Amino acid sequence: MTAHAALRALLQVALLVVLPPLLPGIVARVKARVAGRQGPPLLQLYFDLARLVRKGEVKSRTAGPVFHLGPVVGAAGALAAGLLVPGPGAPALLSFPGDLFLLTGLLAAGRFATVLAALDTGSAFEGMGAAREVTFASLAEPALFVCLLVLSRATGELSLSGVLGPALPAAWAQWAPALLLCAVALFVLALAENARIPVDDPTTHLELTMIHEVMVLDHSGPDFALVLYGAAVKLYVFGALLARLALGGTGRGILPGAVGLLAGLALFAGAVGLVESSMARLRLVRVPQLLVGAGVLSLFAFVLLVR
Amino acid sequence: MSRLLPIENGTAVAVAEVPVLAPLAFQALLGETLEAGGRLVAYAGERGPQGVRLTALVADDAAGRLGLAATLPGDSLPSLAREFPSVERFERALFEECGVRPEGHPWLKPVRESLPDDVPLYAMQGEALHEVAVGPVHAGIIEPGHFRFQCHGEHVFHLEIQLGYQRRGVERLLEAANGARALALAESIAGDTAIGHGLAHVAAVEALAGVEAPPRAQALRAVALELERLANHVGDLGAIAGDVGYLPSASYLGALRAEYLNALAELCGNRFGRGLLVPGGVRFDLDPAEAARLADRLAGALAKVRDATRLLLRSPSARNRTDGTGALTRSLCDELGLVGPCARACGAGRDVRRDHPAGHYRQDRPPVASAESGDVYARALVRLLETERSAQFVDRTLQLLPDGPARLPCPPPAPGRLAASLVEGWRGELAHLVGSGEGGRFARYAVKDPSFHDWAGLAQALRGEQISDFPLCNKSFNLSYAGHDL
Repeated sequence: MTAHAALRALLQVALLVVLPPLLPGIVARVKARVAGRQGPPLLQLYFDLARLVRKGEVKSRTAGPVFHLGPVVGAAGALAAGLLVPGPGAPALLSFPGDLFLLTGLLAAGRFATVLAALDTGSAFEGMGAAREVTFASLAEPALFVCLLVLSRATGELSLSGVLGPALPAAWAQWAPALLLCAVALFVLALAENARIPVDDPTTHLELTMIHEVMVLDHSGPDFALVLYGAAVKLYVFGALLARLALGGTGRGILPGAVGLLAGLALFAGAVGLVESSMARLRLVRVPQLLVGAGVLSLFAFVLLVR
Repeated sequence: MSRLLPIENGTAVAVAEVPVLAPLAFQALLGETLEAGGRLVAYAGERGPQGVRLTALVADDAAGRLGLAATLPGDSLPSLAREFPSVERFERALFEECGVRPEGHPWLKPVRESLPDDVPLYAMQGEALHEVAVGPVHAGIIEPGHFRFQCHGEHVFHLEIQLGYQRRGVERLLEAANGARALALAESIAGDTAIGHGLAHVAAVEALAGVEAPPRAQALRAVALELERLANHVGDLGAIAGDVGYLPSASYLGALRAEYLNALAELCGNRFGRGLLVPGGVRFDLDPAEAARLADRLAGALAKVRDATRLLLRSPSARNRTDGTGALTRSLCDELGLVGPCARACGAGRDVRRDHPAGHYRQDRPPVASAESGDVYARALVRLLETERSAQFVDRTLQLLPDGPARLPCPPPAPGRLAASLVEGWRGELAHLVGSGEGGRFARYAVKDPSFHDWAGLAQALRGEQISDFPLCNKSFNLSYAGHDL
């Protein structure tokens, strides 16, 4: 391993571990500014995490070991998925043909553990949230698969590093409409997977309307810090995917790559904040329509590629 | 209404004049009145030497008439609840407080007391059904109430609302109090309706004492009541926007609510209007320069409220949440006897300010706002319309404040009289039915908050809805727990 490669690996891991809590801060700041408020500090989530890890925890009497598994597997799954996404420059730390499937699998494993932990509390609220999460995931996951399939087909690569690497500019030149459709579908999925408006409302205190939040109501202290951190990493993973896709796999070198990635992530967080500032949350029965819509977009992109 | 003793809003009669009917004749009269489209406004029980005495205050809104009747029922009375559901909660409350058993009542569960442990809770049976219990401790900073949903997945079959966690015994406290303490108590019946309940109280006290507040005071009281309505309606519109996750309107309307609270503070030094009212008038007068400045500021606020609310009501994504959600029909609304914006959203245009005007409203009645669809959108629309009309009312009242004193002395109430005082608070019709006793105290003080009727409306509005829409429906009613529990 050359010094250059080691530096790149170090930078990628550092970004993946340290950067994610910044993204919700940017989203919150954008929302506040649009609403005419000052908003919380950009680094608020870091402060929250530092506060939470120092706290003790309260646990439901019915909860067993599975209850702790949710936050751990959720955060670990998101971090592992983050290792597959190329950071500044290509390729990613972990890369092999077919790692596309591992990405979706890791995210699904995190979700599965979170759902189990929610059911483990024995609370009606969390059962309700788990049911909603699984229902919507069954529509979101196929759409994500088709999106990755489109990328793979357009670039002729089978690993994320390949898909989002040097082959991407050529793919954009040849298949721009299909990739654009795919990017839009991915953005919708990113909103859904990260429990943002219009699918879920991350700021509400109303248990009955929540999807993701209601599943983690019982977690407190360090467990809850892991939940928040895992959610931030998941947002980072989707942001990095979209940033790389939109910027056409730019930046062969570390520095331009890092700048491009950071700019892309900031744009992504800003876009999420703007969506949240400009529209109401969907009625719960409409959420499947949105997710099916995203699936249809990605299918259409695929049709454009194989026609 | 012929056998009822007619009474006008904000006046008093001698208790001896109120016709005391035999129990069956009394029930027949109530039934006839309700059948003819009348409404039971207040229904108070009082323990006396001859046993329990029940007094009913009924309204014929179309004719603008109020009437009183009383009966000595002993310990039971045939129930009217099956025929007239609007009486149902009154009968349960009377059973709870005075022990008058409504014979044949379909479900005699407590109104404000906790459910006994041995009584089975209402539950539906079935393999795929489940129950979700919310409260009395909630995630937000709101009052306590217990809600139980019978659900199939997201679908709600039935919502049961159990209240009483805010019970303070307001009526007993008022009967034990006098003068300034009674006024402070009345202002805190429901913290967000300080002016509404305070106004009903001072009007009742003045009626019992046989005096009338000077015109200037009545105009200032009306301004304060409308400012309270404005502050709460604007806050509610913002809260509805917040519940659907529509941030622009939520944050701007939340900030604009403060404009109206600050205007109240300019009137009397308190943002919720406490301390403004006093029997005989108002404590603080407004000089012409202050009145003009206030009118100016409010005109600017109204323009912003309009913009922020229209943004909400025209946004397709917000309308997707509000249209058709939590809809009540007109017939259900009349059956349950709903009042206030919830009733007007169903097309039932009842409004004390028009139907039974008192004080300044005898000269100037703001037009009654109404909508047809009875859903969350209609309730938001009615609030917007009322905001506009109240703002115009406040503006013209401030421009044309009558001259003269703002306060006259008010002697203590004369004993043996009964006053009825109705006010269209921001949540709807609230009523104080007050009997005077010896030494300036109250022999019986009955309070009815609009929430007493309207909680039943919320429970019905949820039938067949999605459980995830409950918070939005709840916010569109925004009922008082403290006002219901007293």
